[in-house]
Amino acid sequence: MSGKKIVFPYIPNSVPDVKRQMLKAVKAKHEMDLYEEIPERLRVKRRLRLPKPILDESSLRRHVEGILQRNGSGYLSFLGAGCAEHFVPAVCDEINGRGEFLTAYGAASYADHGKWQAYFEYCSLMGELLDMDILSLPLYDGGQAAATSLRMASRMTGRKEVVVPRALNPEVGLVIKNYLKPDITINEAEYDRKTGTLDLKKLRSKISSKTAAVLIENPTYLGLLEADAAEIGRMARSAGAEFIVYTDPISLGVLSPPAKYGATFACGDFQPLGLHLNTGGGQGGFIATHDDMRYISQFKEELYGITPTIEPGEYGFDDVLYNRTAYGSREKGNEYTGTANGLWAITVAVYLSLMGPKGMQDTGRTIMQMSQYAAKRLSTVKGVRLRFQGPFFKEFVLDFNRSGKSVAAINRALLKERIIGGKDLSKELPELGQSSLYCVTEMRTQADIDRLAGAMEEVL
Amino acid sequence: MGRNPKTLLRKFHEAKWDEQIILEMSVPGERGILVREAEPEVRREVGSGVSAIPPGLRRRSKPGLPEVNQARVLRHFLHLSQETLGTDVNIDIGEGTCTMKYSPKVHEQISNRNPAIRDVHPLQPTETMQGTLEIVYKLEQLLKEVSGMDRFTFQPSGGAQGVYTSAAMIRAYHESRGDTQRTEAITTMFSHPCDAAAPATAGYKIITIMPDKDGYADIEAFKGALSKRTAGIFITNPEDTGIYNPLIDEFVKAAHEVGALCHTDQANANGILGIARARDAGFDLSQFNLHKTFSVPHQSTGGSVGALGCTAELAEFLPVPQVKLAGEKYYLDYNAPRSIGKVRSFIGNVPSLVKAYAWIMQLGDEGLRQVAICSVLNNNYLMQKLQQIPGVVVRYAPGRRRLEQVRYSWEKLYEDTGVGTEDVRRRMADFGVQSYSTSHLPWIVPQPFTIEPTESFSKDDLDEYVAILTQISKEAYENPEFVKGAPYNSVVHRNSSASMDDPVNIAVTWRQFVKKGLDKRVRRSATKRS
Amino acid sequence: MPKKVGLIVNPVAGMGGRVGLKGTDGTTVAARARKLGASPESPRRAVDALRVLARIKDEIEILAAPGAMGQEEVVSAGMKGTIIGSAPKGRTGPEDTVAAARAMKRAGIDLLLFVGGDGTAGDIHRAVGRTLVVLGIPAGVKMHSAVFGRTPRAAAEAAIEYLHSPRPQSTNGEVMDIDEGSFGTGVVSARLYGTLRIPKETSLIQVGKSGSSHMAKGAAAGIAKELASIVEPKTLYILGPGTTTRDVLSELGIRKTLLGVDVMLDGKLVAKDVTERKLASLIRRRSAKIVATVIGGQGYLFGRGNQQISAEIISKVGKENIIVLATKEKLASLEGRPLLVDTGDEATDKLLTGHIRVITGLNDYVVYRLSD
Repeated sequence: MSGKKIVFPYIPNSVPDVKRQMLKAVKAKHEMDLYEEIPERLRVKRRLRLPKPILDESSLRRHVEGILQRNGSGYLSFLGAGCAEHFVPAVCDEINGRGEFLTAYGAASYADHGKWQAYFEYCSLMGELLDMDILSLPLYDGGQAAATSLRMASRMTGRKEVVVPRALNPEVGLVIKNYLKPDITINEAEYDRKTGTLDLKKLRSKISSKTAAVLIENPTYLGLLEADAAEIGRMARSAGAEFIVYTDPISLGVLSPPAKYGATFACGDFQPLGLHLNTGGGQGGFIATHDDMRYISQFKEELYGITPTIEPGEYGFDDVLYNRTAYGSREKGNEYTGTANGLWAITVAVYLSLMGPKGMQDTGRTIMQMSQYAAKRLSTVKGVRLRFQGPFFKEFVLDFNRSGKSVAAINRALLKERIIGGKDLSKELPELGQSSLYCVTEMRTQADIDRLAGAMEEVL
Repeated sequence: MGRNPKTLLRKFHEAKWDEQIILEMSVPGERGILVREAEPEVRREVGSGVSAIPPGLRRRSKPGLPEVNQARVLRHFLHLSQETLGTDVNIDIGEGTCTMKYSPKVHEQISNRNPAIRDVHPLQPTETMQGTLEIVYKLEQLLKEVSGMDRFTFQPSGGAQGVYTSAAMIRAYHESRGDTQRTEAITTMFSHPCDAAAPATAGYKIITIMPDKDGYADIEAFKGALSKRTAGIFITNPEDTGIYNPLIDEFVKAAHEVGALCHTDQANANGILGIARARDAGFDLSQFNLHKTFSVPHQSTGGSVGALGCTAELAEFLPVPQVKLAGEKYYLDYNAPRSIGKVRSFIGNVPSLVKAYAWIMQLGDEGLRQVAICSVLNNNYLMQKLQQIPGVVVRYAPGRRRLEQVRYSWEKLYEDTGVGTEDVRRRMADFGVQSYSTSHLPWIVPQPFTIEPTESFSKDDLDEYVAILTQISKEAYENPEFVKGAPYNSVVHRNSSASMDDPVNIAVTWRQFVKKGLDKRVRRSATKRS
Repeated sequence: MPKKVGLIVNPVAGMGGRVGLKGTDGTTVAARARKLGASPESPRRAVDALRVLARIKDEIEILAAPGAMGQEEVVSAGMKGTIIGSAPKGRTGPEDTVAAARAMKRAGIDLLLFVGGDGTAGDIHRAVGRTLVVLGIPAGVKMHSAVFGRTPRAAAEAAIEYLHSPRPQSTNGEVMDIDEGSFGTGVVSARLYGTLRIPKETSLIQVGKSGSSHMAKGAAAGIAKELASIVEPKTLYILGPGTTTRDVLSELGIRKTLLGVDVMLDGKLVAKDVTERKLASLIRRRSAKIVATVIGGQGYLFGRGNQQISAEIISKVGKENIIVLATKEKLASLEGRPLLVDTGDEATDKLLTGHIRVITGLNDYVVYRLSD
């Protein structure tokens, strides 16, 4: 750098004259005098070994975009399993790209009133979709929402066992397994090999007076609808346990909200509601309950309430029960509190405002139609069959056992046709043999599905 | 017009739209967006689709969402954005401990807005994600050098989750050695609350070390707390007071002697980039908050990453999958039998990783050092100016330098005038700057406020900020009731009730608000106004 | 209807401090203070508080004690008030405070503000017990009791918040007095008088700034759970006085006396309000542990208000068997000062140096410094 000082655009006081002036003001002769408090022995003795900086913006863009180009593009994808490509209205991206929201953080309500109102609207709109009254600010993702729901139930009931499906989405299941350690025992409920939904008899044997909660997925990880959900809820409640339903919120235009069939908690991941795939960076967890202080006092994240101001007719917002949180009570708070997904919550609010009741119904119907069409069409391919015959939403399991080919081999062949096949289940659910989880949203067209079917016929 | 050159104050009024709640704006029949319909042939084939849903699971009544046309939805949320002061639009140095800095605009375009990130499914075959994995892998290499650690995970999606992940790894480490007697974790009072709460969530008893009269964590008390029961220590350094613990390596050494592992929460690392490294002080684990120190935008509390680093010895406990390189191919490694599993789905907040990578690549070694130096310089410059404001007190270690932030106190102002920190905080909103952070609870420093002027703000910005607090202090001494009545030029007036903890008043959704009849109370008072 | 706020000023409170006296209790000490050139401190502090209270003057009615006991301060603050009771003849003394408080109670008020120190708090306690909600405006020399605002203005703010609250709630504040004894004798006596009902502080500001010893909701339950998890069978537990120990044990179903030292064995109280001699005989036969809390605002662990747990008892039980309970807020209010021990025996005091574990909640401890 030939001894010339760089003035960094992001560091205004790197201008040598300004820096000199300020150092003088704080009575420091040299930059390193600022670090008197750090003993010599704890300082880095050498320069960091980092790549030479890319100082200008156009070169940076070329560098990063150049690397990312290696991803390739133009694939037709049928992947779901907790993250799926849904329709994102342009207004969603317009709002979440606004600098005011993009660069706001956790500040108080006055100067950030708009952000607080948007959060409140997120909770309110989700409340309508879920038919429940209480939501906190979002959690990290659906897995965290499920894990925290279970911990909330354990605190409420004083019980230390929970029941969850064995065939839970592993992205959720692995989070739960770690998060309930060391004090809560997980009992796994088997699914019926024929229907793919929970085996009620086996489930009943797992529930006891020690059970804090029974958690089910609806739709399930394998896409199926738990037709006996209400009965499962009764079983849980009569044992004094909470009934937690992990749901896909985009299904709720056509599927009954869990509260209607007895859920005391509804939780899940809101990525489908206006968020791009973002390589998994579009996830966000939600937990909803009824209006009951027993539940409200157990939430871990911040709750924002609406309240009158001193000006007649004006709304303000404020923290509710702040001392529940770790910010208010450190280790005595409910679990630990962390900021998560505020901008995505605002985006969900925009999405649900645009959709309205009709949009959610229409989306649900299109997904039902397209996914059923796909299942039907694909099971006509020789060597392919639909593994479970019961009703499903958005996702379904294709069984390739009769084809004599592995899912891995099939997916490799499809990829050559620039098609990304379903998620390979052969390792995580070995009893299903060579099976794969396919996802068809409102974004897939008939032509897409026919193209997949054609490619599959070629491969098999 | 413009900023008064003498006082440095500007005439400000924040946007005030008197915006209704979106649920009040419904016009039956209006549509915000239309959704693609299935093709006619598809419909012929499968019918309505909905009929396949078992009757017990079919939605009977449509969701009570509002019906609003698209332009009005857009306008509504743009109004709300205008009623928000992000870092992009203000001298945002008051949110101490949060490291509010400039987030380069180009980073949005090359990450979230780039189809190569935006439209990629996290479970895609790795051959279709080579570019993304390369950036994640390279970011790990960069952070290894900045921290001295051997391995990183980017799954934790927030600093607190990073600390939690660390606690879970510490638990797995002791378990793997059959060491079951370790039930305690130690932290200090001026470490972030998550350093107590996260290990508590992982099942540990928490022992807190209180500050001595100079604000330093009491090392003798710390040594007294260590035992064979200690699983780990969780310490922020510099602490939330901005004071660097000069004995930090002795803390680590003493903890290691009893067999405990040591985590440092580097949420406050902005002032020490390239100056001091966690590993050099002996720490086994440490997390950087990429949304703070590494310029990832704060996203209204979103998109966060608690990048957790650890020693080679602890790498086998990291969450899965880990991004690895074999020859020239990057892959996701799930084969880790002693891993704690997962703390978050997939890889984490990938777009944020691209931003942090880009930021480090733009700055290099010299740039990172300048970030640190200028943030500490800004902080000490500001401390000197703020200490001269009547009513401001800096607690602890007088005459000693602080690193990147300072926890100040309005104790004197409060005793002199009755105007407390919450009052000043509201009044700030009248000058076009964000309300500052006070402190997490409990308030060890009375009437606290915590200021962190990062490298992103110029001397001129700092001078304007000083002018604002000087003006408020003057107002407090001259007319305390005026300050207590603030804000006046913000979006809304002060809330009428002091507390929202009474179940009667709790309304966190519109439907709850309406069910309790609280909306009528607001509307009634509105009619009174007109 | 406006809320009624009573005001009683102890006009001689705080006089002793400036002239090196340990308090101004009793008329003789007050006279001595005057002789030493002291001027009244409390009227000025009362006016400070009243000026803050003036903010809500339209919402309240002030009932003041006559003359220097309230009336004059209300006038100085430029406010109006109703006078309750008749003016005392000559210099005021403790009995006048008691009489004024009783008169206030008869008049019916929502909140009683009194201006003074520990002695005044004791007089108020004697007069009205727990029948009124009261709040102290600090003006005394000694303020060990947990019934005062931090400053006169802070007390007024807390009063406003209480009066504004749609559902005002009260909590317990300890009243105690430490008599450092007559000059030169060195004899120390400490008393815990009982508790007064004080406004429960609700807003974040109040929780944050207060170092008062009343416990946040749920704190006692958390400490109790932790204590229960470590209690051992067939062991005597010597339970020291104070609201913290009482509230914690009440969570465990034990009705402990507030002021006395009680003894617990296997979850039952086996002795109440015991003397030192009784303790000594009890622990002769069984292993014992001591459960103590931090007493008063100065941070005494032993030697104030719990002298029954003497040096002999402490040294017999041993430091490792002392269980300390306190909230983190209370420890924080010591601002880094160590916990104090004054057992009267040098060897025992020396035993209690270094650091000690304090239970601050469920799974939650602080390791805190003891004075050298």
